[in-house]
Amino acid sequence: MTDLAKPAGEHFLSVRDLRIHFDTDDGLVRSVDGVSFDLERGKTLGIVGESGSGKSVTSLGIMGLHRSKRARIAGEIWLDGEELVGADPDRVRQLRGRTMAMIFQDPLTAMHPYYTVGQQIVEAYRVHHPQAKKREARTRAIEMLDRVGIPQPDRRVDDYPHQFSGGMRQRAMIAMALVNDPSLLIADEPTTALDVTVQAQILDLIRDLQQEFGSAVIIITHDLGVVAELADDILVMYGGKPVERGPAATLFEAPEHPYTWGLLGSMPRLDRELQERLVPVKGTPPSLINVPSGCAFHPRCPYAQLTGGRSSSELPVLTEAAPRHHAACHLPSAERHRIFTEEIAPRL
Amino acid sequence: MTDSQSATIPAPAPASDREPLLRVTGLTKHFPITKGLLRRQTGAVRAVDGIDFTVNAGETLGVVGESGCGKSTMGRLVTRLAEPTGGTIEFEGKDITHLGVGAMRPLRRDIQMIFQDPYSSLNPRHTVGTIVGAPFRLQKVQTEHGVKRAVQDLLELCGLSPEHYNRYPHEFSGGQRQRIGIARALALKPKMIVADEPVSALDVSIQAQVVNLLDDLQQELGLTYLIIAHDLSVVRHVSDRVAVMYLGKIVEIADRDSLYRAPMHPYTNALMSAVPVPDPRRKERRERILLTGDVPSPINPPSGCRFRTRCWKAQDICASQEPPLVTAATGHQVACHFPENQPTPEATPEATPE
Repeated sequence: MTDLAKPAGEHFLSVRDLRIHFDTDDGLVRSVDGVSFDLERGKTLGIVGESGSGKSVTSLGIMGLHRSKRARIAGEIWLDGEELVGADPDRVRQLRGRTMAMIFQDPLTAMHPYYTVGQQIVEAYRVHHPQAKKREARTRAIEMLDRVGIPQPDRRVDDYPHQFSGGMRQRAMIAMALVNDPSLLIADEPTTALDVTVQAQILDLIRDLQQEFGSAVIIITHDLGVVAELADDILVMYGGKPVERGPAATLFEAPEHPYTWGLLGSMPRLDRELQERLVPVKGTPPSLINVPSGCAFHPRCPYAQLTGGRSSSELPVLTEAAPRHHAACHLPSAERHRIFTEEIAPRL
Repeated sequence: MTDSQSATIPAPAPASDREPLLRVTGLTKHFPITKGLLRRQTGAVRAVDGIDFTVNAGETLGVVGESGCGKSTMGRLVTRLAEPTGGTIEFEGKDITHLGVGAMRPLRRDIQMIFQDPYSSLNPRHTVGTIVGAPFRLQKVQTEHGVKRAVQDLLELCGLSPEHYNRYPHEFSGGQRQRIGIARALALKPKMIVADEPVSALDVSIQAQVVNLLDDLQQELGLTYLIIAHDLSVVRHVSDRVAVMYLGKIVEIADRDSLYRAPMHPYTNALMSAVPVPDPRRKERRERILLTGDVPSPINPPSGCRFRTRCWKAQDICASQEPPLVTAATGHQVACHFPENQPTPEATPEATPE
């Protein structure tokens, strides 16, 4: 899936060297700076990172939701053989909501408080099916609400968003996103605002729906547990750049990048013996205006001195460290493996 | 912390012979719902509905539960930021349930609070020095080398630099702001700190820094914590004992190790099984208990056991009779008619729920 050697148009979704920069009064913000990945139908990509790592900006970029006046977008996004960055905005509008759809973090702000849930789903459907009759669209909305597990959908379709609980609102938003059978679904922190028991329900729902519709899913989250539940492949972002990319299984078992080690070490885990102490990443995430030179992570990296100064002067590129598993780190691969097995793995 | 689960001794929690720092009995808080011009009361949100627990000096009690279970209201009652409807709160043996503002003031030194949102809990127009120094001024506390010096020491204690004294909150990141909030809470050397979701607004890597800071401060200053959080793995990491709340009630309370190893209340089991674990291989192996539906409304809670509407073990008795919070053989307190992980004579607390 991450075989970037293949031409971009051959994958279902290909992002090549995507850069999204914003001009602000304080300077140029490099929110996304060179992201590439591929995704096939029926597969799930998890994008992980802290706030400000560029994960949400990437997804909004794919959806074409950045205002072209403010954002400078470069690179290529290929969706089903069609390039989107240079495409006509009208064409992107046709695709948005139909071929690609998005679920947002906070369903209360993403839904209009003034219209019933049903009206909003009907609108999403009729925008892309202008010939559809109102009654037909309403039937479709009820069907979707039923599919995502809303009880008594024929009655709840006329409720307003505030009459739904948080979990039900998120279900309704998933129904709205899926009403046109999109082949790409982007979920931006879909469960962050929810309680764990509801989170488990929603993650199951996303997984079931993906199996049913065979769509490609991008799930964006800061929670490594959530990506482990859903993702086939994982992209770890830091300071607008990808630092590690690989299959979920190997990424959790043998993470390659010191930042990923840091993330894993920072999380208290229920599935392990209790650690005496967490091992946080020292310092704070970088400013995206003055991104540190060389490797953006080097000021926080405990192993930066082992690279002989390269980490602060030279930009590391993603290189294959294991089959299909890439990391952007100056540390020699053997050294990394030694550090991981000797120092990191025992305390995870 | 625990004597490694010696199954033979039904050990009463070893800490309980000490006089608890905080004792809460039958605490309730009902928010009235009024209607019409005369504001007639037509009902009540039973946010906290009769809870009992104690916190011993030097320990950390973690309180977990989903949103709307009343855990934050409980924190506000204990710090007396909200007026209890019933029950008693005793702090160091003294009944503080209905103390007035003036009578409460000297106690404010002993009980401090850390808030969830480091953005809204600091006044944007005040410098860090003013914010952290405010407790000294309000309580008219004299410090040996002046307030400024005391504040700078506090900043240093919390991992900030003393030069931050004249800066404003907006110049800091979320994690640093939370440290400022912690420094403020520590200013008057409190005995107990109530922290309401102290790390949930922070990034993962920063979360760990703040968790470690709270840990260090407890060791150094002998603090007692009441930590309210929804994240079960964070609570497990910081707590000595853990209370699980559901719809205004405590459904289970036990020491950390036995609660996480052998949760007895079905709700606790469900909560734990729902936590996503960063290990893709476990995805297939584990059995997850999926609760259906949402938490019922606290205006009209279910009769009997409040969890019965979502419980897979519910029977008739659960609807008619409310299970009391009883102490099981393991020292576990649980409110359930059909608890899980009952210690059997062979004592293998491994039985997983079907």
